[in-house]
Amino acid sequence: MTESTLETTGPSGLEEHSHGGTEVPPASRGHRFTSYDVEAFEVPGGREEDWRFTPMKRLHGLHDGSAAATGSLQVEVGGDSAARVETVGRDDQRLGTAGAPADRIAAQAWCSFTEATVVTVPKDTQPADAIVVTVHGPGRERTAYGHIQVRAEPLSESVVVLDYRGSGVIGENVELIAEDSARLSVITIHDFENDATQVSSEHVHLGKDAVFRHFAVSLGGDLVRVNTKVSYGDRGGDADMLGVYFSDKGQHLEHRLLMDHSQPNCRSNVTYKGALQGDSARSVWIGDVLIQAAAENTETFELNRNLVLTEGARADSVPNLEIETGEIVGAGHASAIGRFDDEQLFYLQARGIPYDQARRLVVRGFFGEILQKITVAEIRERLEAAIDEELAAAGT
Amino acid sequence: MATLEIKDLHAEVETEEGSKEILTGVNLTVSSGETHAFMGPNGSGKSTLAYALAGHPKYNVTSGSVLLDGEEVLEMSVDERARAGLFLAMQYPVEVPGVSMSNFLRSAATATRGEAPQIRHWVKEVKQAMGNLEIDESFSERSVNEGFSGGEKKRHEILQLDLLKPKFAVLDETDSGLDVDALRVVSDGINRYTEDGDKGVLLITHYTRILEHIKPDYVHVFVGGRVVESGGPELADELEKSGYVRFAGKKEAAAQS
Repeated sequence: MTESTLETTGPSGLEEHSHGGTEVPPASRGHRFTSYDVEAFEVPGGREEDWRFTPMKRLHGLHDGSAAATGSLQVEVGGDSAARVETVGRDDQRLGTAGAPADRIAAQAWCSFTEATVVTVPKDTQPADAIVVTVHGPGRERTAYGHIQVRAEPLSESVVVLDYRGSGVIGENVELIAEDSARLSVITIHDFENDATQVSSEHVHLGKDAVFRHFAVSLGGDLVRVNTKVSYGDRGGDADMLGVYFSDKGQHLEHRLLMDHSQPNCRSNVTYKGALQGDSARSVWIGDVLIQAAAENTETFELNRNLVLTEGARADSVPNLEIETGEIVGAGHASAIGRFDDEQLFYLQARGIPYDQARRLVVRGFFGEILQKITVAEIRERLEAAIDEELAAAGT
Repeated sequence: MATLEIKDLHAEVETEEGSKEILTGVNLTVSSGETHAFMGPNGSGKSTLAYALAGHPKYNVTSGSVLLDGEEVLEMSVDERARAGLFLAMQYPVEVPGVSMSNFLRSAATATRGEAPQIRHWVKEVKQAMGNLEIDESFSERSVNEGFSGGEKKRHEILQLDLLKPKFAVLDETDSGLDVDALRVVSDGINRYTEDGDKGVLLITHYTRILEHIKPDYVHVFVGGRVVESGGPELADELEKSGYVRFAGKKEAAAQS
């Protein structure tokens, strides 16, 4: 495991740690205990490997059973009408098929939701426009548990947007299923009000030759922790996981990914980029890749880059690769945390470009390679504008 | 007619052993239409002078004055200096990932000209300037300086010079690391920039090689952070033959007395 942290505490308080193997690694980070029963998990105290980066107090009791549901999520589905939208009860047999909860909050959410939204893209259809699922939080000082399933049936081709907004405390499971030969792109936008807390477990399951594209965008909220696990049900699955986050003053944004290669001839690529600014802005990125013995000819790469724009922010980045077979095409990872580059700013300013604009150019450039891959123009423009807005706020 | 006056300029850098004075009183006046060659041994502070003029935050000006047409440059921010007409071609141009060359050039032209150039004229202008410097068109879509060879970076510095047409250009060892062909292309670019006779150039160099292509009006020898001797082109010939020994020795003698 290679772990790196950049914490900026003061003008000269730049600390960079990079160490391999000083932590006692758990037996395996890839093979994880899972259960639908919340009591099968101990209440985490905050020192466990899975929780050590998370400020437990700011979870509002999601992790210890004390957060009773006091509200509900409001889910609206719009955009292309080709999708089938259902609201179903807990007993619906389709629920939970993409994966079981792997931590206590996911199990708590599984045990606590009352109704789920299932969005199905029918077999062999190609909706022209994006299907937009807007999820509103339960409101200030209210707690809600939710469950969403997106199922792309065989040979379908679709883009689904999951747009989170509003306030409150949210625990949920999200199942993203691309059945055999389906092509599913999911854009998840976490754009909450400042008070919101969201702990989400995303269970991605790919059928034979399925192509899955994920764009995860985290901007708002007090604490957002997203666990994303990709599992492969058969050969030929192909997953691209792209993420962008912008952590502001006091925000904690945490993304934990596990690419579980259990089948031969599958591919995964993970690229997450984040910027941080302001006092106590935090980001955590954990990228686990497991290549099981059966997963021959796997090809995988993961990358995380962080740009620390101001003093007082801290980024943690932990890529981790476990390989149980040597018969693979390739596996690699890279992680880097850098401070905002004064030389780049100087160069642009030395050509007459004013400071604010130069800063914007550099940060846009940093995120550009990922944003360019978002095919829905409206969403791409919204994100570019959101990033500009974040920068403008910091400039004052 | 514009003038750039450097008066008794002192500057220091922060090092691990504390601050260290690099510029020890630089005096020089450049008028438009003039090319001044600035020559000195390694470590004499030539690049520091270039960066101090451009306003790099690492160099701290402790006293002196730099006037551009009577306006105090030292009170301006980095971008204000550029917009006032001062240009620095850097020895080691910086890579800016994700920002395309075309976006960068257009942003710079908009900033220095005070308005966005008309798109049709601009495209033509850039194409022409790139052609002159034998830069392939595909470079416009590449990130600023990213993955460019040393020679490609230098050509792009001169490309910016051609497009931004500043009143004064400080060229910091633009000739270093260039092969013979690239040196000719880059020198031609600099000569095109000065051909109308209304631009001033401060050509910083370690070698006399570039002076075969660019004829200076004045040559200054820079040692120990200041100008120790000034003359005409014949001074460069002497440096070509005898090197910097006479000047470095003179400085030592002065220090001993």
